[in-house]
Amino acid sequence: MTEVKTPETAGTGEPVLQFQNLDINFRTEFGHVHAVKGIDLVVNPGEVVALVGESGSGKSVTATTALGLLPRTARITGETVVADQTISKLTPRGLRAIRGHRVAMVFQEPMTALNPVIRIGEQLTEAMEVHNVAYGRVAWNRAIDLLKAVGIPNAERRASQYPHELSGGMRQRVVIAMALACDPEVIIADEPTTALDVTVQADILDLLRSLKDKLNTGILLITHNMGVVADMADRVAVMFKGKIVESGTAEEVLLHAKHPYTKKLLDAVPHLGSGHGQFGSAPADVAEDAPLALEVSDMAVEYKRAGKKPFRAVDGVSFDIRSGEIVGLVGESGSGKSTVGRALLGLIPSAAGKVSVLGEDLLRLRGKQVKALRRRIGVIFQDPAASLNPRLPVGDVISEPLEVHKIGDKNSRQQKVHELLDAVALPRSAYNRYPHELSGGQRQRVSFARALALSPDLLIADEPTSALDVSVQASVLAMLIELQRDFGFACLFISHDLAVIDSLAHRVVVMQHGKIVEKGTREEVLLNPQQEYTKRLLAAAPVPNPIEQRQRREERHALLEFLGEEVAEIDTRELGQ
Amino acid sequence: MSDDTTNEETMSEQQSAEAFEVEENLEDAAGHRSYSQGTLIRRRFFRHRGAMVALTVLTLIVLMAFTSAGIGPIPGWWPKNFIDLYPNTGGPEPTLRLWPFRIGEHPFGKNTIGKDYFALVMEGTRKSVIIAFVVGIIATTIGTIIGAAAGYFRGIIESLLMRATDLVIIIPLLVLASVLGRMSNGNNVLLLALVLGVVVWTGMARLVRGEVLSLREREFVHAARAIGTSHWRIIFRHILPNAIGTIVVNATLLIASAILLETALSFLGFGVQSPQTSLGLLISDYQSALTTRPWLFWWPGVFILAIALCVNFIGDGLRDAFDPRQQMD
Repeated sequence: MTEVKTPETAGTGEPVLQFQNLDINFRTEFGHVHAVKGIDLVVNPGEVVALVGESGSGKSVTATTALGLLPRTARITGETVVADQTISKLTPRGLRAIRGHRVAMVFQEPMTALNPVIRIGEQLTEAMEVHNVAYGRVAWNRAIDLLKAVGIPNAERRASQYPHELSGGMRQRVVIAMALACDPEVIIADEPTTALDVTVQADILDLLRSLKDKLNTGILLITHNMGVVADMADRVAVMFKGKIVESGTAEEVLLHAKHPYTKKLLDAVPHLGSGHGQFGSAPADVAEDAPLALEVSDMAVEYKRAGKKPFRAVDGVSFDIRSGEIVGLVGESGSGKSTVGRALLGLIPSAAGKVSVLGEDLLRLRGKQVKALRRRIGVIFQDPAASLNPRLPVGDVISEPLEVHKIGDKNSRQQKVHELLDAVALPRSAYNRYPHELSGGQRQRVSFARALALSPDLLIADEPTSALDVSVQASVLAMLIELQRDFGFACLFISHDLAVIDSLAHRVVVMQHGKIVEKGTREEVLLNPQQEYTKRLLAAAPVPNPIEQRQRREERHALLEFLGEEVAEIDTRELGQ
Repeated sequence: MSDDTTNEETMSEQQSAEAFEVEENLEDAAGHRSYSQGTLIRRRFFRHRGAMVALTVLTLIVLMAFTSAGIGPIPGWWPKNFIDLYPNTGGPEPTLRLWPFRIGEHPFGKNTIGKDYFALVMEGTRKSVIIAFVVGIIATTIGTIIGAAAGYFRGIIESLLMRATDLVIIIPLLVLASVLGRMSNGNNVLLLALVLGVVVWTGMARLVRGEVLSLREREFVHAARAIGTSHWRIIFRHILPNAIGTIVVNATLLIASAILLETALSFLGFGVQSPQTSLGLLISDYQSALTTRPWLFWWPGVFILAIALCVNFIGDGLRDAFDPRQQMD
């Protein structure tokens, strides 16, 4: 505890973090990459500045300079100033003295940011001992205080546990406690909630917000999520291709965007409650008496565990999809929604129940019949980088299903691939490209082309847009709706994002802990939810409008209070201030 | 900021916004040329200086060894062979001089009974290289198939295959190889190579299994299964091409260790038998000549060292080429 800060000084005083004409060049195998092109940015104490941009815009690289952690292949000009220290003028020893002590980092993935073989308490004390803040018993007690402060119950017991024993949200709280260990002037939060579920995200954001209010810490928030920006930021800087194209207060930028890029970015964000047609055409209506493409009744999926009872990941799930209908399957991580998708594809066996796909009983089919059925089901996975074989060119990837099912000859397959490339709006020259040469959105288009190669009757899309940037997501969603109208397939759309589901689904199924919590038409579930869990999910989803978001936040806090729960915030009493 | 620059700024901002619109263009994504992963790896490999030097030296050694005695009907450029005696052509010392450069009558000298040692060493190199490469190919094939099957199918197949692998591993390699080598009759080099290949595949099998275990959980494998692709098509088209880095790197290291294994076996008298010769046999024959005619010991030693080093360097270069993150900061 080097100095005690009081909330009265909020928003005043010397800036805690400044980037002055920062310019970063990377040397790579293919020549130089100009990642950051001369940007200026200031973070004041007690202020949250959001640095917004899509992948490759240079936002993370910018923030990393504050810790002096860029690889040696980077050439940096301009200055990064933390409090009164200029990073480029520091010796390695001076840099180490700053890291964690004056500027701390909250990483995106709480699992990988914590060392799995060291106990939580020891990870917290390490930073204190390195920076001569506290030692031994004193440090341990402070670690426990920190854990209490970030709202971890049973802090004494948690401190002697290992990271894998904590949930994702708990781990992120630990990471925040680590960042607070030496009482830094500025915290850099690099996508701190991207890996978390919406309800957990809302808690973590509440906690971060209380940091700036109560400890007067400056926060540089790096994110691509406009909803998070609206919820958290005082000021916003929009970054595009290494440049800041627009900056101002959150209201200015989010409500009255001037730069065309910012406008485009905001237009691409799906709005919860805006319904179909957000990205152009709306999916076609489905007749009430349309035949069923998929009927699941009482399905259960179990994972075998050595020496233990099997774990039931999905239990008693029943729903159906009519042909030509899009059904959204929503849930947080661990809800079993992806497991349902995989079981429907036959990738994992179902333990009980009845699954009827396109009129055939999936659980009874064997050998050739399964192969014949797979012809009629298309699939799209979450991460296009992982779901395309990196060794095969795009043409081969798309024609793979045709080859496997021995359809047509070489020429007709090539013809079909060209048609599919046209359908997903990729140029025909993509035929001989390799997946790593394409952008994320283009890769996902290739996935769609592959899934549609056999003109399936049912498409299972497992989080097809959650690995994509928001503007790319918008174009991919628009394409999916177009394709659905043209091809008329039934679609099970699995997602954690309620706003995305809102933009395309006819009906919605909500899952929690392997069971269905609520199901019904889109309007019923998203606009008038009956179950507490669905209400919570909807309340936690942030919208990209600071004023509306403030209102939603207060409504959410009211809901939490009604449910008898506390709002996450830093407990300064535990920090001895 | 003056008005001029502000104007310029907005202009460029508009341009960048337009650039954003066309980002979905392919040319924007990755230059104008299409590079497959193979091309990228080749490029990186050819830039690895150590590997390129090693590749050149190894090629020269192999070329020298095979052309000196001729291949099939084509006569070689070295007039002497490794069987005839040349007792009447000067002393036994090497006649090779670097400065002024002179090859002379017997560049590597003569052995104790008057055979041309250059011809002997070249013959030994030929045999050692043939054995090494045949062993490399056989062991890689066996190891890859067993490892891939074990890693992909899991369950009882994996248990059987990997316990069989363990069984081969627990028997000391040299004992197993020498027994099999003895049985194969040292005069047939290819048979000896085959036998050695059958005992050294275990390491490869374990590595490939590990690689396949992680690859089979990748989404593109799930995607292939969801399409209805058969198991062996998945293994050969989707999994093994992605494990090629591990396989190729280990194959080169396998070749290097095969040379040393053959040398050790021949040295112990269980490998290549006279009148055939190999580098290991030459060393074994003349180990006592180290004090009287040291070149009889040094020349085959230098060649073994050079070949093993070169192959290792090439393996190193391949590993860097396949996994560029290792050498970057």
